[in-house]
Amino acid sequence: MSIFCEPVGLSHYLVVSAILFVCGVLCMTTKRNVLGVLMGIELVLNGANLNFMAFGSPAICGTSTLGLDGQLIALFVIVLAAAEAAVALAIALNYYHTHATVDVDRGNELKG
Amino acid sequence: MGPINWQTCFFFLMAAIACGAAIAVVISSNIVRMACWLVLSLAAVAGLFFLTGAEFLGAVQLMVYVGGTMVLLIFGVMLTARGPFVSMKIGAAQWVVAVIAAGALLTVLLQAAFGTFGQTQGKPIAAAGSSRELAASGNDVADAASYSPLGLGLIGVRIDRLAERDHVLRGGMSGYLLPFEIISVHLVVVLVGAAYLARARRRMVPRHWRGGEQPSGVED
Repeated sequence: MSIFCEPVGLSHYLVVSAILFVCGVLCMTTKRNVLGVLMGIELVLNGANLNFMAFGSPAICGTSTLGLDGQLIALFVIVLAAAEAAVALAIALNYYHTHATVDVDRGNELKG
Repeated sequence: MGPINWQTCFFFLMAAIACGAAIAVVISSNIVRMACWLVLSLAAVAGLFFLTGAEFLGAVQLMVYVGGTMVLLIFGVMLTARGPFVSMKIGAAQWVVAVIAAGALLTVLLQAAFGTFGQTQGKPIAAAGSSRELAASGNDVADAASYSPLGLGLIGVRIDRLAERDHVLRGGMSGYLLPFEIISVHLVVVLVGAAYLARARRRMVPRHWRGGEQPSGVED
């Protein structure tokens, strides 16, 4: 039970964000649905955000912290992710209207 | 054995929920279930944000991601699903390649994670951006509210860097006013563009429907 008695270090957060990042990359590569790829992107951005928060937190890093910059950059990442999701969903809806599917394997008809 | 650190307990709870839900997103093949697991994962990440002492970012994560983006995603799922159960199966060979690639990436990232752990435990670098109470707070969650420094940082005044030795940085020059303006204009442009792209128009006949019978509800 000594694992529950000592405070959480930086590497705990880095491990969690690494798992989230790898799950997002795996989701982006294995899903054949456009929306599944989009969910993978959200997971990747969340892993990166968690790294920013861990490096910016004085409770974890002590004095050698990123400070408020980590939170501000994470705020920008959240806003950019929301904008990216809106545009990607609009493109997916448009693609569905013209192709009646959201399968990314059929996207090779879009070239040219 | 000392007293139980409840912050550590909640960290392990939230981390288990976040990682388990993320893995469930990967291995589930139903798109609606993927969306539900993603909601759970994002909410657990918001809990981790609260544990790092960034309560404003945790609230933003809950509102923007779990509230906004997931509603958008679920509406996208509903608007683009043709049957009640849209499943996307991929072959076993693709799974093998994907798992090998993901394992290699995870190995590299975990090595980096434990490398930085040894470094920061050994010798802490000189304080880069720490205010007084942040430097003093040690292992506890910082009790200072983070939203007024965040808001002042967004309008260009960094009150957390008042003790900065650099005279140029001390004068509020390192604020985020210009990125804030850029990102607000970006958000407006992107949302107008998304509304333009997703506007209702007359539905065209898809290419692979031609030749066969046309489904009902399609007119041209």
